[in-house]
Amino acid sequence: MKKANIQILDGNHAAAQGAKLSRVQVIAAYPITPQSPVTEKLSELVEGGNLDAEYIAVESEHSALAVCTSASIVGARTFTATSSHGLAYMHEMLHWVAGTRLPVVLVCVNRAIGAPWNVQNDQQDSISQRDTGWIQIYARNNQEIVDSVIQAYKIAEAVYVPVMVCYDGYILSHTEMPVDVPAQVDVDRFLPPYKPHTILDPSHPRNYNLVTLANPRVNAEGVLCHGYMELRYLLQEALQNSKETIMKVGREFGELFGRSYARMFWEDRLDDADIVIVATGSLAMEAMVAADMLRKEGHKAGVLGLRVFRPFPKSELVRALRKSRLIVVFDKNISYGSEGATCSEIKSALYGSSINAAIRNFIVGLGGRDVKARELAEAVNKSLLSLKEGILNKEYPEWICYI
Amino acid sequence: MLPGNRLCPGCALSLAYRHILKALEGQVIVTVPASCLTVLHGMYPVTSVNVPCVNTPFASTGASASGLVAGLKALGKKGLTVLAIAGDGGTHDIGIQALSGAAERQTDFIYICYDNEGYMNTGNQRSGSTPLGAISGTTPILGKQQNQKDITAIMEAHHIPYVATASACHPLDLYEKVKKAKAIKGTRFIYVFTPCPPGWRFPFSDTIKIGELAVQTAWSVLYEIENGVFRLTSASESLARKGNLRPVREFIAVQERFKNITEKQISELQDWVNARWQLCLKRATNS
Repeated sequence: MKKANIQILDGNHAAAQGAKLSRVQVIAAYPITPQSPVTEKLSELVEGGNLDAEYIAVESEHSALAVCTSASIVGARTFTATSSHGLAYMHEMLHWVAGTRLPVVLVCVNRAIGAPWNVQNDQQDSISQRDTGWIQIYARNNQEIVDSVIQAYKIAEAVYVPVMVCYDGYILSHTEMPVDVPAQVDVDRFLPPYKPHTILDPSHPRNYNLVTLANPRVNAEGVLCHGYMELRYLLQEALQNSKETIMKVGREFGELFGRSYARMFWEDRLDDADIVIVATGSLAMEAMVAADMLRKEGHKAGVLGLRVFRPFPKSELVRALRKSRLIVVFDKNISYGSEGATCSEIKSALYGSSINAAIRNFIVGLGGRDVKARELAEAVNKSLLSLKEGILNKEYPEWICYI
Repeated sequence: MLPGNRLCPGCALSLAYRHILKALEGQVIVTVPASCLTVLHGMYPVTSVNVPCVNTPFASTGASASGLVAGLKALGKKGLTVLAIAGDGGTHDIGIQALSGAAERQTDFIYICYDNEGYMNTGNQRSGSTPLGAISGTTPILGKQQNQKDITAIMEAHHIPYVATASACHPLDLYEKVKKAKAIKGTRFIYVFTPCPPGWRFPFSDTIKIGELAVQTAWSVLYEIENGVFRLTSASESLARKGNLRPVREFIAVQERFKNITEKQISELQDWVNARWQLCLKRATNS
């Protein structure tokens, strides 16, 4: 076990530390609340000569990710950070990065999205980008932020899929906590230099992202090359297979730093729990307090804290939920006209399994609405009462709000 | 450029691009947004160019170039010119933010805008560079009611070391400007006038004639501004010397896109051309 190097860091500075320790070479970012301190810290490190990287102060988030894309094609390790509207503005480039199979790492400081304006926390921003082909990792606390950023590079550069590390705005970004900051020498041992799959060399000219037809097509040497559809298949295959890499990297991280990330989600008392609360990000910590309360009331409650949302850990989740008879999913997002995104994923994972648990979905904490452990416990109790109605699956979610 | 590409017959871009790449002597990385140049480059897995190229979304050309420059610098790779090349839609309109940002940051790259005065790759819709009175897919009956924006003046306002205008139909002048730009550090902007036979509706065989007429009427003016010093070049320089300016009406009359233009609009265009030409003459004399 390594000697601890405890520093008191807020989430944004933990993210900046993660980028610095990963020896990022090109940083491009645009300020937005609550992400701004990440970019301020990194520019301070670069200007002060404490981080050997190019810092590009771009004029928009769209450009931030475009800079990272092209710098990554050249072969540099790149980093950007954003929130909310910034992530939405990047949407086109998010697809472009994943389509180019570039290992860009992006930190999303989760914030509500307008209209109306709101700078507080929920997870609508990153959840809205779940279909762009990025791996999504959610942190529960500031230690997990720094650790996840470092792991993100190792994962991304192994599978050539970009990684988005998400953490809750203000709740983590502006809250100081003790963080064991890894030593540079150990991170260097864990994370080797980036080996690009792209080549930009006039003596070996290649043309990236030409117009590509749906069907396979023959090249000048007579070799049949992939069509657009095959390239899409390979991206999906890479995401599916990345589960193994994510868990392997998490295990290796644990061996070196004493904090294991070998699972796709965090389990709290699931061994005997027949009531399972599912939550993502810092809400998973709050849910553990709610589980304490429920245990005191005599319920066998546990928590499944989702760490990796993409790729979604379907089979692992089914195994973890095998003893449940009630699953209560709390979502800080809503797919309007349907339900919370996590709830849909859980239902999809359980279909065809032997688990026949009732599922309840609550939308909570949008736009920074405070979520109390007591409210989570009450929602579970309410769900338990509703089981008497014999309804396994309600059509729409319930909301913890004043309507 | 390899022989044969997918552009329309008589396309001025083909001519311009060949001379641009020749001037850069192969030591170049190109970044291109959606545009007619994407068509020239071909379809995967076949391409008609022999230079490394990074295709990038429409709005992001300036930022993509910034990323290439930053990546090369971070990896210590020297001796390569980063060339961003986009059409007028990708420059005047959707790409202006990223271009302005890259220029304001004094990014070390060459940006070339080839101007065919409309969204020609998508079938000729109006752009910020489509002239007054021109019919397009989105000004189909009355023609465009506003005039072009002066992108070169906008770029000059960024106080970059080199700004130039050129024409695909005066390739030696274009070649010399790209060659000069190559030797300069910082953001270099070159505007290239590229007549478009199907969009402007003139015969494929007349591209050079149209381009020359544009210069002779001062619709297109060839100049460069090097570290703030203005200079007319090539055919525009000799036009200034001889003073034999032809009326804009002659340039307008040979293109079907102006078939519904009014006398008032022709007069407005002539006034606009005159004012710009007079300003160029004044600046040329002063420097």
